[in-house]
Amino acid sequence: MATDFQRTAPGGQRARVGRKRSLWLRLHLDPWLLSILLLLVSFGLVVLYSASGMSSHTTLAQAIRMGVALLGATIIAQFSPVTLYRWTPLAYGAGLMMLVAVEVMGDIGMGAQRWLQIGPLRFQPSEVMKIAMPMMLAAYLHRRPLPPSWKDLLVCAVIVAVPVLLIARQPDLGTSMLVTAAAAFVILLAGLSWKFILTLIAMAAGAAPLLWMNMHNYQRQRVLTFLNPESDPLGAGWNIIQSKTAIGSGGIEGKGWGLGTQSQLEFLPERHTDFIVAVLGEEFGLIGMLTILVLYLLLVSRGLVMANSAQDTYGRLLAGSIVLTFFIYVFVNIGMVSGILPVVGVPLPLVSYGGTSSVTLMAGFGILMSIHTHRRLLTH
Amino acid sequence: MRKSRQKIKSHEQEARLFRNRSLVAALLILLMAIGLVSRLVYLQVFEHDVFITRSDNNRMRVEPLPPRRGLIYDRNGKLLAENRPTYNLTIVRERVDDLDATLERLVQILDLPEDEVATFRERSRQRQRPYQPALLMSDLSEDQIARLAVNRYLLSGVEVEAQLMRYYPDPIVMSHVLGYVGRINAEELADLDPGNYAGTHFIGKTGVEDTYESQLHGRAGLRKVETNARGRVLRELERDPPEPGEDVTLTIDSRLQHMAYDLLDGRRGAIVAIQPKTGDILAMVSAPGFDINKFVTGISYDDYRELQEDIDLPLYNRAARGQYPPGSTVKPFEALGALEYGVVEPDDIIYDPGYFQLPNDSRRYHNWLRWGHGRVDLQRAIEVSNNTYFYTMAYRLGIDRLSSVMHEFGFGEVTSLDVQGALPGLMPSREWKREKYNQAWYPGETLSAGIGQGYFMATPLQLATATATLANHGRWVRPHLAKRIGDTPVTPPFSDTKPDVQMDNRQWWDDVYEGMEAVLNGNEGTARRAGASLEYNMAAKTGTAQVFSLGQNQRYNADELEERLRDHALFIGFAPVEDPQIALAVIVENAGGGVSGLGTAISDAWLQPRAEDEDLPAATINEEVEGLDGD
Repeated sequence: MATDFQRTAPGGQRARVGRKRSLWLRLHLDPWLLSILLLLVSFGLVVLYSASGMSSHTTLAQAIRMGVALLGATIIAQFSPVTLYRWTPLAYGAGLMMLVAVEVMGDIGMGAQRWLQIGPLRFQPSEVMKIAMPMMLAAYLHRRPLPPSWKDLLVCAVIVAVPVLLIARQPDLGTSMLVTAAAAFVILLAGLSWKFILTLIAMAAGAAPLLWMNMHNYQRQRVLTFLNPESDPLGAGWNIIQSKTAIGSGGIEGKGWGLGTQSQLEFLPERHTDFIVAVLGEEFGLIGMLTILVLYLLLVSRGLVMANSAQDTYGRLLAGSIVLTFFIYVFVNIGMVSGILPVVGVPLPLVSYGGTSSVTLMAGFGILMSIHTHRRLLTH
Repeated sequence: MRKSRQKIKSHEQEARLFRNRSLVAALLILLMAIGLVSRLVYLQVFEHDVFITRSDNNRMRVEPLPPRRGLIYDRNGKLLAENRPTYNLTIVRERVDDLDATLERLVQILDLPEDEVATFRERSRQRQRPYQPALLMSDLSEDQIARLAVNRYLLSGVEVEAQLMRYYPDPIVMSHVLGYVGRINAEELADLDPGNYAGTHFIGKTGVEDTYESQLHGRAGLRKVETNARGRVLRELERDPPEPGEDVTLTIDSRLQHMAYDLLDGRRGAIVAIQPKTGDILAMVSAPGFDINKFVTGISYDDYRELQEDIDLPLYNRAARGQYPPGSTVKPFEALGALEYGVVEPDDIIYDPGYFQLPNDSRRYHNWLRWGHGRVDLQRAIEVSNNTYFYTMAYRLGIDRLSSVMHEFGFGEVTSLDVQGALPGLMPSREWKREKYNQAWYPGETLSAGIGQGYFMATPLQLATATATLANHGRWVRPHLAKRIGDTPVTPPFSDTKPDVQMDNRQWWDDVYEGMEAVLNGNEGTARRAGASLEYNMAAKTGTAQVFSLGQNQRYNADELEERLRDHALFIGFAPVEDPQIALAVIVENAGGGVSGLGTAISDAWLQPRAEDEDLPAATINEEVEGLDGD
């Protein structure tokens, strides 16, 4: 542990030179982040128990999954950012290959193809990209002076475009947007000029009709239904109408745990996965919704503080992107369930039932802790 | 590590840049969070009432509880219309894994013909609320139910549901009496009380089912239930039970009805029998009948077309709606009119040379016997059905008085209480002809009316009713089909019916009766063959109705005519003369003649002790006897 003393502290960070490092630092964990995570996961399990129709089996399975994911995060936190940095091109390359594999198999299998089966493991390569993408961009920009030059942006655009297009072709609009968001946050945090950002936004607005024309019918339907759910109350509009009804009928105090009629009588579809927040809104009311929002905001705040404490560009950009993407999950999910965003398949992070996304998210927090607790090891 | 050519990487500057950017990001996050909170406050605080109502509407459902339709019995308690559970096949698409495969499997299991498969597929695609069952097929056979049960594990989402459906055990013989129920159509729906018919799928379309619809239907109840999204009822919150429809007991005697139908033996015709003292319609048969059960489940297009195009018109209720020239069966009524108006005395002799001539007119109105009956008094005129006598009576009465006396016996009017669709026939008069044809009345037309021809039309029900009134010495009773509704006896409003037929001399009734008895037992009686075996006194009159008119000098030869151009044969009668228990009218289309045997057979059946009839419960027989003695 002699390396402690070699540490240089940029940005006013003071190293506790000579003092014994805390247990947390030695474990490469962050007590604040972990506490908030545990609170969120516990609250999520309470809601899930009700949302699954009091299924202790489902709840237990989710608890175990979250435990394993946390363990995974802890293990990832043990790797130093340098190691992560070195493995970055490999992770990105592997992710890209798997996306291509899915694309090829999808052509054979017809229709949507998102999963890849390797031996007993079955997973979505697009999930890998959620982490690999910001890693790759951060790694690239790490070596470039910031704010990025036009040439750098062009390289970044290529890094982003290839996997995003592959994911969008699966077709998985939700994930491709989230991966794009993760990439965008890296570039934005890297100091992309505001002029450029505004131009991009203007161009995006102009490109919306083009996007519309390239959408699948079911995606268009979702947008149309989002704009006017009452137009198809028994079909595609059913989900939104029922989730709004669930949240709205919850009122301020909620109907009580396990007493939500929308949830318990199965009017609410996908109530333990993508629409779980409607169960929360119905049974715990506005109070419950504010509670979980506050927990998410605390988590994000802590994450941003940790990102700022990172010592190099790679760590900062990666950490910042992970945190902001996490919040985008929250915003998009609650937004779609409460009817201000179109229905895209985005789960509520750490609360929705399901494996893949929670593992990815936890891995992100592992990286965050790694960056935060290995500060002194960074050398260039 | 090689740095960028243009710029030197500055850690200080980059950290500051990042801090600025993350501050902006934090601000944006805050704004987004505020956006979400605003949305939640809007939904959960401001619009809370709207959504709580909506969620209550989701889970609470008011279900109509349709009442059980009342049953229909004959006068002896024999069941004529019942409700049977039938089984329908439904599918809940949300619970079906592979719709096409399931349908394919169902087609195999149910062994459906090709043309039904298409409707089957179409029905499975009908849009409805998620988790609501869609009807695939109604009225499954027991065999099909069994096969579905065996394959149940392969058919998730497919259910067999029970529903009560009308069933008529005796569908053909009772067809025109009962009518039938069918699915409520849009037109009927507009006139119905939506609350009371909310859960009802069937409504009486014709016959007794239609006449007594409100009593048979009952009152719908309702219940408020909590359901889940799949429509499964979880608990009942409120209940207002339905009142079942009342059972209707008919005046019809099933045995007599059957006998009448069998006697018609596949010929076209009608038989109506009435109990003179009460007006009970004991039998009302129109042949051929049709299978009313087919109409309950929804008759197929082909079946319906077949019925409609059938040359024998099975859908046509001849008993109440068949308007025939009554022919000579009007003569007893006319005789009473002539006596009442004093244009003849019972013993007055009219000489019949074989024809009648109006004064100053060369046209001869022939008797049916070319060479005439010679000297004829009133009784013999009825016995031999002499035309010349009644031409004379008609001429002496004139159309106004003839029309008036016939109206007294109910001709040209609907007098029945509850026979659905009964028609009034036609008793012509001067006014009627002026209105209809804008023509004056010709004396020759009076003569035609006098022998029940020309414009004169009557239904078998009217003939039986007039005969019952005749049997009652003119006392009017209103013919009716319902004997009891629930436990309440139907007492037809006798008061507001027609005034009794009054005769100055009561003896005149008996004079006419004697003539009518002679029809069966006189040497020259037109129905003497049928009357030969009678063991009681019966009064009767035969008649024929011309299907087409003969020219002045043409002669009628039944053998040469096409069957359908032959005359209709009619018979009216009542028995026993001393204490009439039954009055009846028989008409057989294109029979030429010889239907008196049908009339006497029915009368026999009704009057003969019914020891051999084991179907009848003793109690009902006693009640029957009481009913008869009471009047």
